[in-house]
Amino acid sequence: MEERKWEEMTPEQRREALFEAWLSPQGIEFAGPDAEKAYRERVTRIKDAIELKKPDRVPVFPVIGFFPAFYAGMTAQDVMYDYEKLISAYKKYTLDFEPDAHGGAFNPSPGRIFEILDYQLYIWPGHGVSPNHSYQCLEEEYMRADEYDDLIRDPSNYFMSTYLPRVFKALEPLQKIPPLTGILEMYSAFSAVNFIPFGMPDVQEALQALMEAGNEAVKWIGYVGTHDKEVTAAGFPAFFGGGTKAPFDIIGDTLRGTRGMMMDIFRRPEKILEAVEALTPIAIKMGATAARNNGNPIVFMPLHKGADGFMSDEQFRRLYWPSLKEVMLGLVEQGCVPFLYAEGGYNSRLEVIKEFPAGKVLWGFDQTDMSKVKENLGGVACVGGNMPIDLLSVGKAEQVREYAKKLIETVGGDGGYIMMSGAVIDEAKPENVKAMIEATKEYGVY
Amino acid sequence: MGDDLVKALVDLDEDKVRDVVKSRLEAGDDPLGIMDDARKAMEVVGDRFAEGEYFIPELVFAGEILKDMTTAVKPYLNKASEQKYMGKVVLGTVAGDIHDIGKDIVGFMLDVNGFEVHDLGVDVPPRKFVEKVQETESPILALSGFLTLAYDSMKETVEALADAGLRDKVKVMIGGGQISDEIRAYTGADEFGKDAMAGVALAKKFIAAE
Repeated sequence: MEERKWEEMTPEQRREALFEAWLSPQGIEFAGPDAEKAYRERVTRIKDAIELKKPDRVPVFPVIGFFPAFYAGMTAQDVMYDYEKLISAYKKYTLDFEPDAHGGAFNPSPGRIFEILDYQLYIWPGHGVSPNHSYQCLEEEYMRADEYDDLIRDPSNYFMSTYLPRVFKALEPLQKIPPLTGILEMYSAFSAVNFIPFGMPDVQEALQALMEAGNEAVKWIGYVGTHDKEVTAAGFPAFFGGGTKAPFDIIGDTLRGTRGMMMDIFRRPEKILEAVEALTPIAIKMGATAARNNGNPIVFMPLHKGADGFMSDEQFRRLYWPSLKEVMLGLVEQGCVPFLYAEGGYNSRLEVIKEFPAGKVLWGFDQTDMSKVKENLGGVACVGGNMPIDLLSVGKAEQVREYAKKLIETVGGDGGYIMMSGAVIDEAKPENVKAMIEATKEYGVY
Repeated sequence: MGDDLVKALVDLDEDKVRDVVKSRLEAGDDPLGIMDDARKAMEVVGDRFAEGEYFIPELVFAGEILKDMTTAVKPYLNKASEQKYMGKVVLGTVAGDIHDIGKDIVGFMLDVNGFEVHDLGVDVPPRKFVEKVQETESPILALSGFLTLAYDSMKETVEALADAGLRDKVKVMIGGGQISDEIRAYTGADEFGKDAMAGVALAKKFIAAE
């Protein structure tokens, strides 16, 4: 879509354009007329649900992590390092289980890149975690408490010269790079001096590492792109157009860490507010740009630090929600559909989050009471989720079917519902994931 | 003066706590009395948490204030002044899982409620749990886990306890973000708790039943 035209479009038109792009994917040759028909039906089903209309039946989208690897008899390490294996496992999952959409092959990140850059923030399969398990975050105060002002003043520069050099050991020398906004004109102090650090051997080594990581990323995306093309051609739409995060979570998850952020709630709440404000336009752009590039309006937003218990209602209303809401509204303005994936419980937040324009967002819940969800968000937002991860992991297929049936009866009633797992699926029984999908297809017909 | 400190800590007034502790220590006040006030305050913090008035940030922050306070008081404490515990608990995050925030809060709340907590950290293999239970003769084993992979690790830990002939001597409680009664049954644990205060209540129940 041409930039000028986009600028002139209303949010509604942008959204229709993105849905239209999703419905008619560029450069895809469908496997046959049946695959194409199934594809369009699946996108329409999801779109109708999001717009609070009654689709032909409840759409079903299990939120998948490493499950396809385990299902295919591979390890988590296999799919993070062997891209052939990665895409064959993820493709096999979609073709065997036939959900209404797939989540791409994005969950297992390419391990090589993080080895090249010597990532400190995570441990991953074969690199601190058993080859059989997913990666895990090492929480630290990667941003120190006294660095809020640096972040607020210039988030990009803070990331480049402070945060990234800390979380990627190979990028430590980038601390020497001055703000790029100092490069202004030919007069040497406004230009030439800024290039000096790029001539230093250690900085050059860091840049070399970045180039190597880039090469690996290009190799990886080739495979991942092939995967998407192939499953799309088989009739399965990609669920995600892009992703972004709640500004509070950007700081709390990986900059300050859970503990650091909880201290900040009491010690420097005004800094949190300034920082989330600085990050809000960045978070909007991150999601909206990806959605436009991918021609799919759904922007994934996993929510963490605002869950039940993680803060009080008052703290949620004051510190977490306003900037999140602004990001959501900003995405809607850009024609996107924010998909808020509320891990943990969100029971105490329903009263707050229901204050939103109707039919514009999608909420996925984990351990939230779904009858309360319907009470609060019915007629406001499409909802999904709540298929318990513990049930999928250790329960019996019959229990999963019963739970799915109950969910459809409770919240599926008149549309605006998508069957989803409450949390990301790694180690679950294949027969249970199958039962979740099949029960939805059986009981979810309107 | 005791009320001052209790109130300041309960209200999470960090500066006030620091000032009161400082002036009481300088005035030659009994350091054990100060720590006793802190314990009283933490009980109230725990109650407020249980009643839904305080949440995890308040617990974590109260712990932080208490930690600083303990550091300040420690030099004044006599070595002989050892605390009496109501029971022992071996605690840890199970093998394969490195999440520690929930576990730490449970450990902290058990500690302020008078339990001697042996915290083995994260990613703890079953064997280590068993060894620690044997060494301490702790009647309670508390297993934490956030990821779904923890289900099997918890199950294996309970099995290892049985293999060592300890299963009937030790009560096992489990907790974590995705833990339910379904998982309790799967792992063979005795009980599960949904938060730190539930963990404390379970530990008290286990000790009372002994």
